[in-house]
Amino acid sequence: MSASLLEVSDLTVDFGAVPAVRGVDLAVRRGETLGIVGESGSGKSVTALAVLGLLPRAAAVGGSVRLDGRELVGLPDKELARIRGSRIAMVFQDPLSAFTPVYRIGDQIVEALRIHRPQGRAAARRRAAELLDLVGIPAPERALDSFPHEFSGGMRQRAMIAMAIANDPDILLADEPTTALDVTIQAQVLDVLRTAQRETGAALVLVSHDLGVIAGMADRVAVMYAGRVVETAPVDELFARPRHPYTLGLIGAVPRLDGRGGPLVPIPGTPPAPGTVTGCPFAARCPLVEDRCRTAEPALTGDDGHLAACVRAGELAARAPRPEEVYPVPPVPPAGRPGEEILRVTGLVKTFPVLKGTVFKRRVGTVHAVDGVDLAIRRGETLGLVGESGSGKSTTLYELLALTRPEAGRIDLLGRDTAGLDRAGTRELRRAVQIVFQDPMASLDPRMPVGDIIAEPLRAQAAPRAQIDRRIPQLLRQVGLEPAHASRYPHQFSGGQRQRISIARALAVEPELLVLDEPVSALDVSIQAGVLNLLQRLKAELGLAYLFVSHDLSVIRHLADRVSVMYLGHTVEAGTVESVFESPRHPYTRALLSAVPLPDPVAERARTRILLAGDPPSPRERPSGCPFRARCQVHALLDDARRARCEQEVPLPQAAAPGVDHLAACHYPDA
Amino acid sequence: MTAVLDTAPAEPKSPAAPGRGRLVLTRLLAARGATAGAVIVLLLFLLAFAGPYLTPWDYATPNYTAIRQPPSAEHWFGTNGIGQDVFAQTVRGLQKSLVIGLLVALLSTLLAGLVGACAGYFGGWADRALMFLVDLLLIFPSFLIIAIVSPKLKGAGWLAFVLLLALFNWMITARVVRSMTLSLREREFVRAARYMGVAPFRIILRHILPNVSSFLIIDATVTVGGAVMSETALSYFGFGVRPPDVSLGTLLAAGTDQAPVFPWLFYFAAGLLVLFVLAINLIGDGLRDALDPTSDRSTP
Ligand code: SF4
Ligand code: SF4
Repeated sequence: MSASLLEVSDLTVDFGAVPAVRGVDLAVRRGETLGIVGESGSGKSVTALAVLGLLPRAAAVGGSVRLDGRELVGLPDKELARIRGSRIAMVFQDPLSAFTPVYRIGDQIVEALRIHRPQGRAAARRRAAELLDLVGIPAPERALDSFPHEFSGGMRQRAMIAMAIANDPDILLADEPTTALDVTIQAQVLDVLRTAQRETGAALVLVSHDLGVIAGMADRVAVMYAGRVVETAPVDELFARPRHPYTLGLIGAVPRLDGRGGPLVPIPGTPPAPGTVTGCPFAARCPLVEDRCRTAEPALTGDDGHLAACVRAGELAARAPRPEEVYPVPPVPPAGRPGEEILRVTGLVKTFPVLKGTVFKRRVGTVHAVDGVDLAIRRGETLGLVGESGSGKSTTLYELLALTRPEAGRIDLLGRDTAGLDRAGTRELRRAVQIVFQDPMASLDPRMPVGDIIAEPLRAQAAPRAQIDRRIPQLLRQVGLEPAHASRYPHQFSGGQRQRISIARALAVEPELLVLDEPVSALDVSIQAGVLNLLQRLKAELGLAYLFVSHDLSVIRHLADRVSVMYLGHTVEAGTVESVFESPRHPYTRALLSAVPLPDPVAERARTRILLAGDPPSPRERPSGCPFRARCQVHALLDDARRARCEQEVPLPQAAAPGVDHLAACHYPDA
Repeated sequence: MTAVLDTAPAEPKSPAAPGRGRLVLTRLLAARGATAGAVIVLLLFLLAFAGPYLTPWDYATPNYTAIRQPPSAEHWFGTNGIGQDVFAQTVRGLQKSLVIGLLVALLSTLLAGLVGACAGYFGGWADRALMFLVDLLLIFPSFLIIAIVSPKLKGAGWLAFVLLLALFNWMITARVVRSMTLSLREREFVRAARYMGVAPFRIILRHILPNVSSFLIIDATVTVGGAVMSETALSYFGFGVRPPDVSLGTLLAAGTDQAPVFPWLFYFAAGLLVLFVLAINLIGDGLRDALDPTSDRSTP
């Protein structure tokens, strides 16, 4: 491996006494893509920043980072800054932080160009426009004069890539470049990254927590855990025959869009606190742990480019077990048959006024956040509500939970119309419908002990004390916690445990419908798997119905019985999970499904991707006809006569065949 | 952040988990500073109310045979310009100042917390009405009003005076509490409580106030000292505590000029006042830490 462009060896980073990176070795060759994957706290981003010399002064960096044989660690800031702009370029998660908000995008790219290669303004501007064109920004000349905030998230990310490749870098370092983006935008941006890499011939180092993204992009992968690389291999090799139990667990923990399987493989426990490990850092969570694992930290060894830091790597390599053969998989009792309908929403509408002016507020427009949504859930059933940001799925939820008369349409909960509820009815529905929020830190009062938190809905229902005291330990056990945890405070728990507390609170009053608002999207995959399994078990045991809102289609596929896809405030497709995921009818659903990356490099390469044009329009504009028209890939190929119909007539949800539970709101669903 | 280990000892049959009240109390008792503060305040009260019985002298009666005597076995803290016993005066003054300081702080903090939280939580017209009241009271020259009103309250005594002081002391705190509430109201745990059907006032009591308590407690401890001082200022101008009655404030005001020559006229009262404020601060710090679970020192 002499041809390494970038060679990192024994890199260490300490923040005070806390080690964040503990001896990382990486090598990147010209033109290749190295994926670094790991969960939060694994040290993957710190490693990337250390390579760039971008860590704060408080961090002590040791080891060596060589670019073409030149040592970067310990170089003066000025030298480093030169190298950063011209030879190594960075794409961050949050593109807003890379642009100065008060300067035009064009000026910033021109400046980046001229610092490293002195040239005339006009020439630099021309080059900048070319770059924006390359990353697929429409009307690049005009875009040069925009300010960063005028761009959408996806556009900013493209502009940042344009700036990054402005000086033909040798290495492009992308740290979670698509984490904040919707999946259709993520697919666009990843595509742009590939283009950028092809055009510049640069090596790409892609840091991500998403195995799917890594599988689709990387040539080689390094898996990080607790500040070290625990396994590194060519991408196919890694996914097909992982040699480290952690990698194996990660692969088993990710719900997949294509396979509808049994329970996911949860990795028990949480990563160790930094600085507390002796021996293998994964030992506390590893199902294959032996006594010798705890004595010394295993070295990263192996043959033909497949290295793993595990004493039993050879065994795993020889046996190539499936994740569920190594990890104990909790049995999930089969769910019962769905019962009667408990929620029906028809034609729900919610608008917000757009106001302008400070003293005298004028209404200058209307946001049609929810513009005709239909939902139905039966007892014991999970309905997945899918949509990208701005699709109105959260607004739909909050309209539901408000328990008042909706602006238009009708909500029937447990056979009662929410428009005409009396006090007793409201109270009963407040019991019957409970919610679990996305961020378990924000949804638990930091100043309340867990016991009081869980007791809150019971107290709100005026339950007798004795019953409350009986219920709390029972609930804690039900969600996999200890009764003794009742006297602790939320901050003493890890993210996954906090989400379990949230679930326990929601279950306290024996609800019939649980509304789950992105309940696992703040969690790492290995933790997420445990929570998803818990939800599945609870549903089967208690006969609950779930309204599960998520942007993550793989999670929906894994958990839901039926699914409803929203776009721009409309329900565009609904049906059973099998029918919608296997034969999507609406063009949007098809594009959405094809944009989700699969954690399987072979399958990922074989797929054809439908890339949608542009961003979702702002809900302030209400296009005539079909709301999806501006981005619709089918519409673009239609002849004029049929196009006109999309432009003039709002498509209504139509069943695939009479009596089939599969609706799509498109005039040409099967084109 | 300390994650709870999964290997926490399992209790087969746990008794009812202690609620927040019990937990806070346990943490408070475990905090040494707070206990020390509480003991000091108790001792001060003991001194203030038992003190008069320990000495044969009356705080008001002059004794022209013993003028400006330094502390002695007979007059423990010495005597003043007209021969009154300084010890008797100090404990009498302490009585007044303890009660005034604590009551004013308690009342004004309670009022500020409630008004601020209600205005912030309910918004709309309730907010507008309450904030109008706050602004109105803020622009009133409070000192003048107290000066005008207090002669009329002669009969009502110092309790009315406490009320007056409290009434003009809560507005700025209330404004701060309101703006803190505005952001708390949108937090998910408050929204969660609303969706569970928890009544608004319960949300304020159980979620909003505990989450602004750190600020309220700091504010209250400052107010204790402040109230004693503003009582002094008012008394200096002849309102509030009027001679022959005394408070620590009036004693200090009278003793300041003479401190270099007759130190006993000043330093005993000053020392007690400092001790009092110090003890309150200790209690406040302890209470704040006890209410804030993330300030972990007291949990094992
Ligand atoms: S070294 Fe031991 S504990 Fe560590 S991953 Fe391998 S088998 Fe598990
Ligand atoms: S109605 Fe027309 S524009 Fe809308 S999704 Fe169908 S084909 Fe596309």
